[in-house]
Amino acid sequence: MMDPITRRELLRRAALGGAAVSLPSLLAACGGDGIEGQETTTGEAAGTTTVSQELADQLVIANWTFYIDINEKTKKRPTLEQFKRDTGVSVRYIEEVNDNEEWFGKYQAQLKAGDDIGRDIVVLSDWMVARMIKLGYLQKKDKSAIPNEENLQDALKSPGWDPNRDYSLPWQSGLTGIAYNKKTIGKVTTMDQLLTDPKLKGKVTFLTEMPDTMGLLIAAQGGDPENVTDEAFDSAISALQDAVDSGQIRRFTGNDYVEDLASGNVWAAMAWSGDVAAGIDNPNIEFTVVDTGSHIWTDNMLIPNGGDVFTASTFMNYVYDPVKAAQIAAYIYYVTPVKGAEDQIAQFDETAVGNPLIFPTEEMLSKTFIFDADAADKAEYKEKFQAVIGA
Amino acid sequence: MNFFHRHRALVPYLLLLPGLAWLALFFVVPMYYLGYTSLQAGDLFSGYTFAWAWDNYSDAFTLYRGHFIRSLEYAGVATLAAFLISYPLAYWIAFRGGRWKNFLLLLVIAPFFVTYLIRTLAWKTILADQGFVVDALRTLHLVGEDGRLLATTTAVVAGITYNFLPFMALPLYVSLEQIDKRLIEAAQDLYASRVKAFLRVTFPLSLPGVFAGTLLTFIPAAGDFINAELLGTPRQLMIGNVIQSQFKEVANYPQAAALSFVLMAGIVIAVLLYARAVGSERVTAGTAA
Repeated sequence: MMDPITRRELLRRAALGGAAVSLPSLLAACGGDGIEGQETTTGEAAGTTTVSQELADQLVIANWTFYIDINEKTKKRPTLEQFKRDTGVSVRYIEEVNDNEEWFGKYQAQLKAGDDIGRDIVVLSDWMVARMIKLGYLQKKDKSAIPNEENLQDALKSPGWDPNRDYSLPWQSGLTGIAYNKKTIGKVTTMDQLLTDPKLKGKVTFLTEMPDTMGLLIAAQGGDPENVTDEAFDSAISALQDAVDSGQIRRFTGNDYVEDLASGNVWAAMAWSGDVAAGIDNPNIEFTVVDTGSHIWTDNMLIPNGGDVFTASTFMNYVYDPVKAAQIAAYIYYVTPVKGAEDQIAQFDETAVGNPLIFPTEEMLSKTFIFDADAADKAEYKEKFQAVIGA
Repeated sequence: MNFFHRHRALVPYLLLLPGLAWLALFFVVPMYYLGYTSLQAGDLFSGYTFAWAWDNYSDAFTLYRGHFIRSLEYAGVATLAAFLISYPLAYWIAFRGGRWKNFLLLLVIAPFFVTYLIRTLAWKTILADQGFVVDALRTLHLVGEDGRLLATTTAVVAGITYNFLPFMALPLYVSLEQIDKRLIEAAQDLYASRVKAFLRVTFPLSLPGVFAGTLLTFIPAAGDFINAELLGTPRQLMIGNVIQSQFKEVANYPQAAALSFVLMAGIVIAVLLYARAVGSERVTAGTAA
């Protein structure tokens, strides 16, 4: 799909002329598996794929907040503007994902019924992708439209729940580690300190995302967070329960630990690298990966049933261009999954060059694990974890 | 001549129809589904199916009894606090407000122009560990050196009190404002002291406001989860937080539905008991006066 835009533009206009542009997606919406064969290709008949190879007018993307570049002055999103200029597809970008489960809960009924949820791409975390694949709520990508997928970091190429990356493509990754206030508490580098240091009593927050909190705890106790056993889980849970009961842990948080750290309510917190890299409003906050093991997680682009596969795949290809990936990374400061983005970042942001929170060193990566996706979605574990974090 | 003349008996029912339809659509139907869901069993992947799963209810009592009790306690204390703050306030506005009445009432509801979440977040700033309130209290040795207000039971109950205060103050104001001032004068003419006139005349006459205000405060407070979430720690979480996490995080919809039902039943029982107590008090007050 590296052909000049003009041909694509031609196809798009042809479709417009037939006033049939939204018909395929409407038909597809009627049945979850109605995509294949509904609309066979016109110009691409030689291809093996059976999905429509025409670009839709509009692409709808559901993503997390602050997760793409934006021009603060014009409030426009450069990458999306350029995508429109280059392909003619305008993007409706919806920042509606705050929490994997919350998003899932909102759309589950529709997805289950096979209805179109009006989104062509949604970005969700690893374990939720595993769930969505298992439930059959996703469509396969059109790989022929994503030659740039070869730029995907090797380490991310073959997760257990989608070994060939048929359904998913990483949007960004991030590290879960410890952020601490070097002025009030000095260096905090171990989970043990977070759980038991009396100086931190009531000054520590943990994360509500189970893979983060439990992963780091299991690793700290010498267990394997990539293959969680009941014993390892229970032992970590009891350590967490003790810290809750003693009043050591002040709260379990989402992104809101950032304010508590900045204001000094909290002196050390389990934290996500991107938040710290992008800057917390307090110069004393430092981020560290944990020696016993830090979590590297990935949020993935997915095509829910009813979404336009070809247009979505075209967008995936677009953001896997190292220059575009660098442009996004320079704004959001998470770990980009795109090879070559590091060489391009200087043109967008000099200070991002060599920032280990955006481009982690080999040494940092050697301390990371990917949390067991099955364990992350196991009802029994979730019940136990929720019971400890207070609900 | 027309339909309504010929079927006069139907008119009251026709007038009731919009209200009944509303209730049926937005109360009875959701309640039915909630009850239906609460008796389902299964899991997210194989799906939940109806199975008369009463264990969702027994779990609600055994696993989450502490959260229920805590919710009722917090809501009760907050309601009482809101009452103690609002009553003098409403009394003063009703009897001494004069031409400032409307302006003062506007001030009471002014916080409601800001969304609930933002109001509660503001308390995080006010009560912050390094904030001026805690600093001042520390200087006065009212809290210990490493003492804090945020993330304590006090903060949660104070947050609930603050957030629901207008629901208490407004009904109180309405009932106090309607009192015929001549009744109080009459009591004083008959040698009742000011205190006695208040206790025997003013307060009993304001009971409908007290009743409405406590219900309007207590019921939403018992199901609240925002204050506990933002101003508390895991040890302050209320039943609303459990329902939220069962629904949202664990995706155990039947358990969440059963908990909602138990909460509803608990509130209904508490309200009925309260209505009885207040109702009888009103009767005795009336006969004694």
